[in-house]
Amino acid sequence: MGAWLWAVPALPLLGFLILTLARGLFSHRGAAVIGVGSVALATAVAGLIGHEFVQAPPESGAWNLSLWRWMAVDGFTPGIAFHLDALALVMMLVITFVALLIHLYAARFMAGEEGYVRFFAYMNLFVAAMVLLVLADNLLLLYLGWEGVGLCSYLLIGFWYHDAANGWAARKAFVMTRIGDTALLVGILLLALQFGTFEIQPLLGRAAEQWSGGGLYPTLAALLLLGGALGKSAQLPLHTWLPDAMAGPTPVSALIHAATMVTAGVYLIARTHGLFLLAPEVLLAVAVIGAVTLVLAGFGALAQTDIKRVLAYSTISQVGYMFLALGVGAWSAAIFHFMTHAFFKALLFLSAGAVILALHHEHDIFRMGRLWRRMPGTTLSFLVGSAALAALPLVTAGFYSKELILWEVWTSEAGRPWLWGAGLLGAFVTSLYIFRVVFIAFFGPGPVDQCRRTGWAMGITLLLLTLLSIGAGLVEWPVDAEGRGLFTGFLQTALPAGPDGEGGGFSEGELQILTSLVVLAGVLLAWLVRWRGVVWLFEREPLAVVRRFWLQGWGFDRLYYGLVVRPFLATARVSRRDWVDGLFDGVAWVSRALNHGLSRTQSGLLRWYATGIAAGAVTFLAFAVFA
Amino acid sequence: MLLALILIPLLGGAVAAVAESWGRLWPGRVAFLVLLAELALGAMLWGGAPSAPGPWLAEEVWPWIPRFGISFHLALDGLSLVLVLLTAFLGVMAVAASWREVSTRPGFYYLNLLWTLAGVVGVFLAIDLFLFFIFWEIMLVPMYFLIAIWGHEQRGYAALKFFIFTQASGLLMLISIVALALVHAQTSGVFTFDYPQLLADAMPEGAATWIMLGFFIAFAVKLPMVPFHTWLADAHTQAPTGASIILAGILLKAGAYGLIRFVVPLFPGAVAELAPLATGLGVAGILYGALLAFAQTDLKRMVAYSSVSHMGFVLLGVFAWNAIALQGAVMQLIAHGVSTGALFLLAGAIQHRLHTRDMGRMGGFWAYAPRMGALGLFFAVASLGLPGLANFLGEFLVLLGSFRVAPIPTAVAATGLVLAAVYALALVQRVFHGPPHPFADGLPDLDGRERGALGVMAVTLVVLGLFPQPVLDLTGPAIESMRQFAAVLAPPLAESEWRVLP
Repeated sequence: MGAWLWAVPALPLLGFLILTLARGLFSHRGAAVIGVGSVALATAVAGLIGHEFVQAPPESGAWNLSLWRWMAVDGFTPGIAFHLDALALVMMLVITFVALLIHLYAARFMAGEEGYVRFFAYMNLFVAAMVLLVLADNLLLLYLGWEGVGLCSYLLIGFWYHDAANGWAARKAFVMTRIGDTALLVGILLLALQFGTFEIQPLLGRAAEQWSGGGLYPTLAALLLLGGALGKSAQLPLHTWLPDAMAGPTPVSALIHAATMVTAGVYLIARTHGLFLLAPEVLLAVAVIGAVTLVLAGFGALAQTDIKRVLAYSTISQVGYMFLALGVGAWSAAIFHFMTHAFFKALLFLSAGAVILALHHEHDIFRMGRLWRRMPGTTLSFLVGSAALAALPLVTAGFYSKELILWEVWTSEAGRPWLWGAGLLGAFVTSLYIFRVVFIAFFGPGPVDQCRRTGWAMGITLLLLTLLSIGAGLVEWPVDAEGRGLFTGFLQTALPAGPDGEGGGFSEGELQILTSLVVLAGVLLAWLVRWRGVVWLFEREPLAVVRRFWLQGWGFDRLYYGLVVRPFLATARVSRRDWVDGLFDGVAWVSRALNHGLSRTQSGLLRWYATGIAAGAVTFLAFAVFA
Repeated sequence: MLLALILIPLLGGAVAAVAESWGRLWPGRVAFLVLLAELALGAMLWGGAPSAPGPWLAEEVWPWIPRFGISFHLALDGLSLVLVLLTAFLGVMAVAASWREVSTRPGFYYLNLLWTLAGVVGVFLAIDLFLFFIFWEIMLVPMYFLIAIWGHEQRGYAALKFFIFTQASGLLMLISIVALALVHAQTSGVFTFDYPQLLADAMPEGAATWIMLGFFIAFAVKLPMVPFHTWLADAHTQAPTGASIILAGILLKAGAYGLIRFVVPLFPGAVAELAPLATGLGVAGILYGALLAFAQTDLKRMVAYSSVSHMGFVLLGVFAWNAIALQGAVMQLIAHGVSTGALFLLAGAIQHRLHTRDMGRMGGFWAYAPRMGALGLFFAVASLGLPGLANFLGEFLVLLGSFRVAPIPTAVAATGLVLAAVYALALVQRVFHGPPHPFADGLPDLDGRERGALGVMAVTLVVLGLFPQPVLDLTGPAIESMRQFAAVLAPPLAESEWRVLP
């Protein structure tokens, strides 16, 4: 079955090609069949491959499959080739499965849209690119997938292209992530030239040999790769594109801007962990950036009124947890949180989407309310998603992954107490902001009375994701002989074990109780202040300033606009006529002036000519005599 | 065979001019068939390439003016073959673009078109420097007519500017050619314009710098390199669509070809001194061209400035002068020719329909003409360097090769990829996305002929992006032999293989 690995990206790609080239021939139903079907087949193949991989794990820890040699230039021979290990397998399975559910949901959600076929074409292309990204065995192919998902993100954010604001959001997303991508590209150049190959595993092996002493180059290379990860994963300081990316249709937000693409940075760092281990300062920076991001974005989420923007800030914040985990070396915990987050965040987005659709594209949580009466199923699914996001103890998947991260941060060298404290603060803010939404939008005093039905395709997706958001944490329960959970144990065939320090007098259980209490306190506070609460707390100065500041995401947008965008636009405006051309215009002007001046001497007056000849003769003679 | 490559378009042009009397469409048909024949001949030569013993795939010599050591010397290696194929390919596309657009004096139009192409093919084949210069002029004069007669509203100004820039730089080149032959005669006693013979002997250093500069400026104007790029925006914008395609797609490549074929191998020592400056100007071109592309409101002008940016990568690659960078530069030549040609074809299609190039009166075309939108998006995305397409490959290999030699300028050049995204997506937004502009209401979508041409170009970019090896194998030996010539004369250049990092 492993030889069929190529089909996992190829099937959605084929779907994209069919939908693009045969556009106009398809009814909406036909497009949905192709669009959903191609991903379903890819998921099935991925599932079978995963089954075989787990049943009979390869000795080297990975399967390799090479399709063709991309090029051979001066010793570099990158191929279109795949590398499937535990890390890539988990990513591939989560991506295809969540993508399948979201495609199914979208088939109904997007019904009646003008660009229905186009939508599924882009979505299929995205799945293909995302799978390529995680399967790539060399950095160049990884970069292909990396840019491919960025393109699809751009296309789908701007899917409703009639509105210029959507186009702006789409371009903002693409350009900001491309700043990171360019750093990544330079990092790839540096690594490839240094080690003479693009293939990730040999490259990391050579890096471990040649750069074992640390130094400037490993730091530089890791920093450049980190730049790419920050852009794609919307971490500080390149995070501001994600809230605006909510301009896209909700299934897009769920798939690309929550479950999969924004975690590409997490994957990249995990994939190249060997390099980051050689640059401990950069690894620490990863943790610090993650910690700062998760707190700042958490407070940002607290002030939003648009339900999708709350979830967007929440995504930034949760990916921050993953970065925090990576930064302290808790590699498996980061990937574990990636998986549970993919489930519960997709669930939250899709539930929100069902609400938005039912309320005729209403995004403002203060105009919702009392949804639990009209949409009990959706309310339940959103509630479960919120519980998982807030990591309510024991019954949610998010609990297990987040607790694992916090515990490993606590036991790591750098983690205690500040990074861990940031994580704990983040956990409190998380439960506060998400239950604020729950209490306002679903149990608030809203006027909601007209609702559209959700439909089975959307319902079944919500049901499955609800179950996963509750149960996905169970994969960690069976503990092996070394005390590792099943899931992290499996991942550790590809990733190093997490930090194994002692707890400084605290046991894992004690800390879990502490964080659980903090989370519950957040829920309680959200209930106490309920829908009036935030208004009541923050209506008056000076706190209203803080609220506005958080609403604008700590003012980063304004800062970047003033610092980068406005100067760029002004430069472009003043140089539209091309300064350099002025130079040549000057040359033309001088020659024209000379022509004008000289032609005036041709006056036809004999006197002038005689004077000229005489003056010339005198000058010449003077030279001849005196020189 | 090689002579036929030149004669086919030359005679074909004459036939096309006569064919006007058979009917209005006949000149176009003749031109189309002529260029297909040219393409087929090129493909045949490619088929024979693997069995060639050395870098030269074919060579033909006839004595011409023996007293001055001038001969009619043609030769073809992988580099020239790739460019000849590109010429024929884009020639076909230019004919497709002109099919409906050119209604006045079509016979004379296609005569000029084909003769320009004949001149270009001659430039790629001639390895006698005097002959090279003749073809250089043959290439330019018909282009002047194309712009001056069939151009848009400011055609007179644009054509004159084009002519002055190219003639002034052509004069520099002529002086350099003559000086080169004279200096060579002084040092070796043989008066010749023959490239292989000139290549074999070293130049005295003082003279080499000045002669090299003459060549360099002539080719840099053509490329174009900042600050000699300003003729390009006007010429590209005012030229009729077919001529824009040929200008951007092929004529610029003659500049790059000259740098690779003549400037570096003939004067490696002098080039090594110039390299930092040229690299800097390449980087400046990448960034400045991208900025100006973004600033434009005229669609064709925007595409024209994007060419300045893309050709900056070529300059960067040529002066890095290692195998990777040169392979990248050649790939960039092909990819830029195809993608920019396609964008000009689209711009021409829009102008033909709406009689405007002003992007202020465009927007939301996707709603009216989805096929145009999809293809426009594709070529814009190719232009911003999406991996998997040929443009990315060219730029990436250039960056990879030049990072070895000059890491800091290369890193700066890489930021051009961000700016490329800025202008390419701005183009998509201003033309195809956004609220549908009422001015364009009822815009007809691309017809079969346009779809066919653009589709072939799109497939070409994908195939080259994913399966570039045949082209790399074709150009590899040619590049290697030129690198060896340069390395024999100036060892420092060969040193560009060194690892930058300890």
